Amino acid sequence: MSVELAQGREQAQVRPGPVLTVENLSVVYETDRPVHAVKNASFQLGRGEILGLAGESGCGKTTLAYAINRLHQAPARIASGQVTFHDQDGEDIELLTLEDEKLRRFRWTKLSMVFQGAMNALNPVRTIGSQLDDALRAHDRSLGKQARRTRCAGVLQRVGVDPERLGSYPHELSGGMRQRVMIAMAMLLEPQVMIMDEPTTALDVVVQRDILREIVRLKEELNFAVIFITHDLPLLLEISDRIAVMLRGEIIELDKAETLYRSAVHPYTRKLLASFPSLSGDRGAFIRSGEYDSFEEQP
Amino acid sequence: MNYVIRKLGFYAAALWAALTLNFIIPRMLPGNPVDILLAKLQQRGGNVTPETRQAYAILLGGDDTQPILAQYWSYLANIARGDLGVSISYFPAKVTDVIGASMPWTVILVGVSTVLAAAIGIILGALVGWRPGTWLDSLIPATTLLAAVPYFWLALVLVYILSRGLGLFPGQGGYDVILDPGWNLPFILSAVEHATLPALTIVIASLGGWLLGMRNMMVSTLSEDYVLTARAKGLPARWILINYAARNAVLPSVAGFAISLGFVVSGSVVTEQVFSYPGIGSRLLSAVTNNDYALMQGVFLYITIAVLAANLLVDLLYSLVDPRTRAKG
Amino acid sequence: MTNIQPLSETAPVSPTEELATLAKASGHRPTAAWRLLLPTPTPWLITGLVLIGGIAAFGIFGPFLVGNPDAISNTGLSGPSPEHWLGTTQTGQDVLAQLAYATRGSLQIGLLVGVLATILSAFFGIYGAYLGGFADEVFSLLSNVFLVIPGLPLVIVISGFVPRESRGLWTIALVLALTSWAASARVLRAQTLSVRNRDYVAASRVSGERPWRVIAVEILPNLLPVLASQFVFAVISAILGEAGLSFLGLGASGSSTLGTMLFYAQNGFALPLGAWWWFLPPGLMIALFGMGLSLINFSIDEIINPKLKNARLVRRRARRTARTDKKAAVS
Repeated sequence: MSVELAQGREQAQVRPGPVLTVENLSVVYETDRPVHAVKNASFQLGRGEILGLAGESGCGKTTLAYAINRLHQAPARIASGQVTFHDQDGEDIELLTLEDEKLRRFRWTKLSMVFQGAMNALNPVRTIGSQLDDALRAHDRSLGKQARRTRCAGVLQRVGVDPERLGSYPHELSGGMRQRVMIAMAMLLEPQVMIMDEPTTALDVVVQRDILREIVRLKEELNFAVIFITHDLPLLLEISDRIAVMLRGEIIELDKAETLYRSAVHPYTRKLLASFPSLSGDRGAFIRSGEYDSFEEQP
Repeated sequence: MNYVIRKLGFYAAALWAALTLNFIIPRMLPGNPVDILLAKLQQRGGNVTPETRQAYAILLGGDDTQPILAQYWSYLANIARGDLGVSISYFPAKVTDVIGASMPWTVILVGVSTVLAAAIGIILGALVGWRPGTWLDSLIPATTLLAAVPYFWLALVLVYILSRGLGLFPGQGGYDVILDPGWNLPFILSAVEHATLPALTIVIASLGGWLLGMRNMMVSTLSEDYVLTARAKGLPARWILINYAARNAVLPSVAGFAISLGFVVSGSVVTEQVFSYPGIGSRLLSAVTNNDYALMQGVFLYITIAVLAANLLVDLLYSLVDPRTRAKG
Repeated sequence: MTNIQPLSETAPVSPTEELATLAKASGHRPTAAWRLLLPTPTPWLITGLVLIGGIAAFGIFGPFLVGNPDAISNTGLSGPSPEHWLGTTQTGQDVLAQLAYATRGSLQIGLLVGVLATILSAFFGIYGAYLGGFADEVFSLLSNVFLVIPGLPLVIVISGFVPRESRGLWTIALVLALTSWAASARVLRAQTLSVRNRDYVAASRVSGERPWRVIAVEILPNLLPVLASQFVFAVISAILGEAGLSFLGLGASGSSTLGTMLFYAQNGFALPLGAWWWFLPPGLMIALFGMGLSLINFSIDEIINPKLKNARLVRRRARRTARTDKKAAVS
């Protein structure tokens, strides 16, 4: 069912222009000495693009992501800026001034999030199925119980999790499985943008690779845009179209992945690139170019 | 399943401890309870035979003819048989009969009051924790004050204001003595009327603990990642409050039910005294006043068993409420 | 958009700037780390301290200032008057004088039992958890069993078996302590276990610190707030427990506490005769003292669970920001 929808969207007119515009966004933590966590961040996110957001811990990338969706909590406060969502339907939505109920309806249907460490991101006392289900119930009244169940099972299958698991509790799943469930949940309502905050950091590298491939594949299928937040710059080089580098609250560099890799402008970016050792001493190939399509074949 | 077995094992151990305590106490303390008991028994016209003496010696100590372990064994055997002796203060009624008549009153009073207090306290606590900064915050110091109030003093005040002052509720007794006890409507209504003030006392005094516990837990829970995810999912606020926040925050309250019930039972004993309520607490106190040791021990046993049973029930309930306990096993 | 120059301090928009300058102007320096361990002086804490201080002062110094509480007179059961500020009892005794002595008695026993109970719970809770293994299991089982057996009925039974003559202050104190240590022990054990398993304790042990030093330097400082909170709780429940016992006539013989005062009030038919000045003050005293202790416990709670402190500070800052915003909008 979802596949048809996606194809339908591709066939329909894809609205030109970016899907998300962030202008001069500033976020301040109102502590005894106010901390400017995000300073005048500006960027645009193209439809179906993977934008990587890289930086060290504390640089403000998570704060930025939360602020876009207005999930920030006191003492964080948005001091200035504008966030505009350019809906596929033609409407432009100002996120920072949206009324509460409209914001609630906007969330997850147009923009969803995958959080770091799904260990705590899932409600421990309710089943996976019920948590997938309530996202559907909150936004789509038209679906009946059976239809919702089918949809949830379908989305789990998509990420490679057995639909039998709908009745399981979070503590009964492994870390990798939980993260897949989070991704499945984020895809439920087929949003146009997915913000992923360190979705694979807490997992081992094998599972990490699997999930990354999954994300790239799903993106190809459903054509959603991704803001991928991580401190792991080489990972971004493999999957992103463009990369933004943040340092102490400011976006100091924003360019195509290839360009950034070969000729980074800012000294910090160069330092960041150089700080990741290469396993073989040579520069490896990228996932996207398909040079190595199985784990065993890498040098 | 493992969880259930562990819990049953624990409560069996606790029961054994209570029985043993009940056995040890009269023997450790100065004075010979058996002699006092038998003296009073004779005063009331009872027949004191060597067997009676033996029976009470086993129950209360003072029997030096047998080694302590044998005494212990006989004591346990007696209890298993349900023989707790004869009550002096209600002579010639058996202890088990006296307890049987008064137990329902207490169970209903304490049961209903505790459930009410817990329900109100948890709901209010959830609301106060969910949205700080409203007038609800003022509930916290108010209920704290009430929680520090001695049960019996609160009872006195309530009687003074509501019964003596406004004449709204009767201040004494369990029911109107004119009526016939039984399952008839006038009696039941009268019983409810008489139970109102005692119940009110217990509810008001114990509300604070539930409220505060729930509120503190809510504040913790609201900063958890799964609540953040729920907000990001665009779920309605009330849904998040009930199914994500409160549902998790209430767990420690359920787990800590044991402590709360202990306090409530303690408080209700004294409350019954103030209201001359015909419950098991009153019996205990009149037993103490009359040196009715057999009744005293019997009541203590029954109270302990009731509390243990309630706790066991709640513990088993907890495993239904928190799925993680079922896995740990 | 892209800021290629190295970091420049962009001037933020007020009211953020204004808040910062406000803070500097009011002389607020960032708080030192050790100060964060102490409770912040909130209105609640201050109220609590005032209540405790006031009642303690009344208990300590009051008996020197009031008349003889046992002096009987002819003016029985009279209401508050210039000679007797809180009226008289059934036998003409001055209620205020009785209250002072009774407060002292209650405080004494509350403190005594509080200390005893805390020592017991610290031993069974902290030491057991530190030892680990079988000892821990046994201690834990013991506290759980004691926890589940109802306290006051047990105290009543024990008191009931002790003949009146032998019911001294220490006996009652011991009995109360024995029946109230279990809940604290459980809390302390949980806290010790959590601290014991933390990385800095492991690091300390691995680097060769001697066990007593590990306990004193790494574990105890983290337990202090919880220990303080449990002590406060123990004192409240001791005073309440003793009051209940005395009210039932089972208290320490010859003692004069708020509970015994209520016992005499009840036996003197204060309630049916409407002598509110007799039974209201003692209970109120207990309630206010308990409330003061609870308020202090709130502040200690905030140290133990910093999220509670954050919640309060967030509310305060929100109010401050709203005020500054309003000023900005008006000007």
